[in-house]
Amino acid sequence: MIRFENVGHRYGMGPEILRDVSFSLPERSFQFLSGPSGAGKTTLLRLLFMSLKPTRGLITIFGKDRSKITRAELPLMRRNIGVVFQDFRLLDHLTTYENVALPLRVRGREEASYRADVIELLKWVGLGERMHVLPPILSGGEKQRAAIARALIEQPRILLADEPTGNVDPQLARRLLRLLIELNRLGTAVMIATHDLGLMDQVDARRMVLSAGRLEIYD
Amino acid sequence: MTDTSRLLRNLGARLGSGARGATARKQMPIVPSDNVAGRAMVLVIAIMTFLSCLTLGAVTLVRDTAATWQTQISREATIQIKPEDGLDMAEALATARDIASGFTGVSGANIVDAQATARLLEPWLGTGLDIESLPVPRLVIVTLDPASRPDFTAMRAALQEAVPSATLDDHRTWVDRLVAMARTTVTIGVTVLGLMLSATALTVIFATRGAMSGNGHIIEVLHFVGAEASFIASQFRRHFLLAGMKGAAAGGLGAIIVFIGFYWWSSRNMATPEADQATALFGNFAIGPSGYLGVGVVVVLIAALTAATSHFTVLSYLKKVDASHPDGI
Repeated sequence: MIRFENVGHRYGMGPEILRDVSFSLPERSFQFLSGPSGAGKTTLLRLLFMSLKPTRGLITIFGKDRSKITRAELPLMRRNIGVVFQDFRLLDHLTTYENVALPLRVRGREEASYRADVIELLKWVGLGERMHVLPPILSGGEKQRAAIARALIEQPRILLADEPTGNVDPQLARRLLRLLIELNRLGTAVMIATHDLGLMDQVDARRMVLSAGRLEIYD
Repeated sequence: MTDTSRLLRNLGARLGSGARGATARKQMPIVPSDNVAGRAMVLVIAIMTFLSCLTLGAVTLVRDTAATWQTQISREATIQIKPEDGLDMAEALATARDIASGFTGVSGANIVDAQATARLLEPWLGTGLDIESLPVPRLVIVTLDPASRPDFTAMRAALQEAVPSATLDDHRTWVDRLVAMARTTVTIGVTVLGLMLSATALTVIFATRGAMSGNGHIIEVLHFVGAEASFIASQFRRHFLLAGMKGAAAGGLGAIIVFIGFYWWSSRNMATPEADQATALFGNFAIGPSGYLGVGVVVVLIAALTAATSHFTVLSYLKKVDASHPDGI
């Protein structure tokens, strides 16, 4: 589904953040991405999400060469990828419900066709009572859950999550992890970037460890 | 069944949860509509529309009045006979009248008699004037058929031959001046209107750019959730179309109120020296149906201009964002 071959990336004239990174993400796979701060985890996620182009190497996403994907094609390609950002990126003037429904709204779908699904998902992530609340009122954990719900709403082919349990208590972290595992069982590949060893220990999954720009994989 | 429904049904079954009970709510626009910049833009558009409508109204008023003057003047021509030694004025006047009446396109010719001539000269020479004792030029008013104008050159030649001291004034000089004045006024008005519309477009461009910069985080999130550039542009266009329509409608309404106010004032003050002066210059201050239609057109034009300007500014902004992030967004 996604393949990296000898990928390297540097910002401007700076040092190479990623060096000779090669791996493949098969359909329905589940993996953790870890490594110390500054190791290049976010850069790798951005490459996966096509918000960056590699400075060298080859990336193939859904069978297409990344370097040949035009800007006009990007929105349609991105609809297959759900992203949970570390800083949530919720729109403060929209309610939790509207934020979660945003990916469906931009596809031009009628609200009646997705309202029940959005509400059900919000209730499952524990935001049933907070669906008409604006993000500034939500706690960090609630924002995190809203961001996860937004990434899940259209069951993408792959979900990329940057520290998805960083702002929630252990009990909710386990619940969110179960949600991601269920999502994976239903066919979505999942990559979770995390520092949380406890979280990684809960699942027997592939671990990709970045260190000084190089990637090691433990299957 | 959607993928999400399937997902949730599975989740519900496996994790023992589930929820129902959706309540419909009006969704907030993706681009927030109410902010200080938005209100300022509505106000600026209202002022621009108001001034544009006033300009259009003034142009309409002057053009209509000039057209009336032109029609009135061009319906008449004047034959002037200067007194000369040995000239029988009465006979010369009759000859001139007969010559003029004989031309096609002349519906009548009347000699301005001695009493009427004395009345014309009264402001300068006073009352009790014996017109016959003074060497005063005499006039024949020739009434023209608006449908077919006579051959003034031939008429002038015939008059010159029969009465050498007669001159024919077809008021062409005045008509030409009025036409030139009306055209100049209309040109100035249209130029001012063009400048107003350009200023409105520039205001909208600046407001749109400001709004785009201020809402950069929204554009970024929309990109991340897979929104296409046309969708993002349409969200901003709708926002600015609404602002443009609100401002344009308020400005147009204000202008109509001013026109109605002027009309009411001139009707109330009819026959007073001030109103007579104003009426002499501008007619009766009524801009007529074409003027009100023009106000409507200006309102629609400014609303459409706002929408089109913001649309292209948004697209150009998105292209610029793409260009400034060559690696991606």
